[in-house]
Amino acid sequence: MVAVQAQDDLRRVLDDEGRVLPGARVPDVADDVLRNIFDKMTLVRVMDDRMMRLQRQGRLGFYMKSIGEEATHFATAPLRASDWVYPSYREQGAWFYRGYTIKQFVDQLFGNANDPVKGRQMPVHHSANWLNLVSISSPVGTQIPQAVGSAYAAKIMGKDDVSMVYFGEGTSSTGEFHVGMNFAGVWKAPCVFICRNNGWAISVPREKQTAAKTFASKAVGYGMPGIRVDGNDILAVLQVAQEAIDRARAGDGPTLIEALTYRVQGHSSSDDPSVYRDPKEPEIWEKRDPLNRMRNYLTHRGLWDQAWEQGLIDRYNQEITDALAASDATPPPPVETMFDDVYEEMPWHIREQKAWLMAQARTKSPHHHG
Amino acid sequence: MPVMNIIQAVNDALRLQMRLDPRTVVLGEDVGKFGGVFRATSGLYEEFGGDRVIDTPLAEAGIIGTAIGMALYGLRPVPEIQFGDFIFPAFDQIVNELAKFRYRSGGQYPCPVIIRTPVGGGIRGGHYHSQSPEALFIHTPGLKVIAPSNPYDAKGLLLACLRQNDPVLFMEPKRIYRASKGEVPEGDYTLELGKLAVTRPGTQITLIAWSGMVSIAEEAAAKAEAAGISVEVLDLRSLMPFDIDGILASVKKTGRCVIVHEAPKTCGFGAELIASIQERAMEHLEAPITRVCGFDTPFPYTLEHEYMPNADRVLGAIRQTLEW
Repeated sequence: MVAVQAQDDLRRVLDDEGRVLPGARVPDVADDVLRNIFDKMTLVRVMDDRMMRLQRQGRLGFYMKSIGEEATHFATAPLRASDWVYPSYREQGAWFYRGYTIKQFVDQLFGNANDPVKGRQMPVHHSANWLNLVSISSPVGTQIPQAVGSAYAAKIMGKDDVSMVYFGEGTSSTGEFHVGMNFAGVWKAPCVFICRNNGWAISVPREKQTAAKTFASKAVGYGMPGIRVDGNDILAVLQVAQEAIDRARAGDGPTLIEALTYRVQGHSSSDDPSVYRDPKEPEIWEKRDPLNRMRNYLTHRGLWDQAWEQGLIDRYNQEITDALAASDATPPPPVETMFDDVYEEMPWHIREQKAWLMAQARTKSPHHHG
Repeated sequence: MPVMNIIQAVNDALRLQMRLDPRTVVLGEDVGKFGGVFRATSGLYEEFGGDRVIDTPLAEAGIIGTAIGMALYGLRPVPEIQFGDFIFPAFDQIVNELAKFRYRSGGQYPCPVIIRTPVGGGIRGGHYHSQSPEALFIHTPGLKVIAPSNPYDAKGLLLACLRQNDPVLFMEPKRIYRASKGEVPEGDYTLELGKLAVTRPGTQITLIAWSGMVSIAEEAAAKAEAAGISVEVLDLRSLMPFDIDGILASVKKTGRCVIVHEAPKTCGFGAELIASIQERAMEHLEAPITRVCGFDTPFPYTLEHEYMPNADRVLGAIRQTLEW
């Protein structure tokens, strides 16, 4: 069976071919912003392709692609630099758009000595406090109340920063979703919730996560607006994100955005969707590909040409190649760094354990691909 | 110097710090106008307002989860979990998030959240108002665990916690919240975290306790002294990190040790203390180190007086250790 989700009340600006729908209100987005988004969307696709191939070659331990969902990453585009983003684990475009570099991204994947998180987490668990992109956690939904806390803190401190938090539709089943949404509603916290409804939580379809017709409808119970948007329509995503950010910044409280999209490939490099879903389902969604739709739209608007896109692909491929070469030449973090950052100052028992380990023979990593 | 109980000392520390630092906020269930079910935040709402003394919706995971976000953004949140027994809905936020933020972000995101919670039995609260869950949190790298036993320590340790940058579980002994009274300086002072207090010097045996069990240990020591036994009582105060040097100094002197805690015996913090002592002071020990603890049962309601360690049981353990 091919799952077809309800299309009613879905905010769309572009049709599946990237043409503006009759009567649609086109958001006012500057040409250079649109080109920058297309640029970073292209980077995500090049990066995903390269990293998944490395993973398949056994050179990278783990990876998570976002093919087909890239437009949702750019709900962050209307944010200011001082606003905070609590990502889930499939928003690479948000990282690049805010300034995370290819080298930082690759260094994190390989957990080398230059990794911004010092080799402490699995691939794709980035953290960049200089960009207000908060450290990623694997247990789903934990970031939701945290984002609400940051949003409310801004309000308490008299600042007008907004927090935006991402999660998948499966995460709406967690207690943390309920708790976070409820606190945000009560506090009128300046927080924007982005539910990436990509249809699948690993192997479990969205129908098994909720009996509600839509995820956006859950907002009603928390006293906030819920908006459903075509998550593969970049203009619609930018439009609803801007509206929600404006509401939050104006002091009118939080918004839940359900971005309807589709996980075209597996959950992660460890997943095999052929076991649990109809192979025809991704084919339907490939026709709604967000990059193709954006390319078509930019072409209509005179902002795209083949040479530009090919230039981006070539440049990013080269930068990734360079970053991989640099990573290959970079050692893992020194063993003694394992004991840093548990506390601000190292307590005696960790000092003692560190000294003990340093006196042992070094153990060779079975995983290090140096 | 004014005499305060533990509730008043905690309240005094919170008020003092909130006056000094506008980033300090209190949040939790009933902490606002009501001042907390034990009244630890009494009067703070009136002085600092609802933006800094925040009555939250009733959800511990939300209290800690939002406190984490507040701390990351730049506030100094002091969430109250109404009873230590209610902390478990927030366990994931504490263990997987709060305790690991600094480490997992490569040091980018310190997360100074100071969680206050009343612990321990003796108030006829059954197993949902009596537990002593310290071992679960001591076992969580990244957290500090502090357990004062008296008003002076409660104020000085809480102020110290509020001025450092690691997350802390600050456990308050609810049975003696009001019964424990003592002189507390009016102004500002802090006590160093990680240091025990010798509350009673002695020579023949070391008695280690913390939180609500310190008064039980003191009572047992007084009884022992009446029987001609000199007992040194150590109030650990800080469980993570704990004062290994202070413990060893005492145990090497006395050669004998009894540990008292309210939490269940198996894998309780006493087990770690015994391991740590014997690793470093085996040659000084004259007898096995024994424990007087809660039992490995859920905390009972009607029979709590039989469940909890008392002075006679501790005295029995002292005699047994001396006679070994």
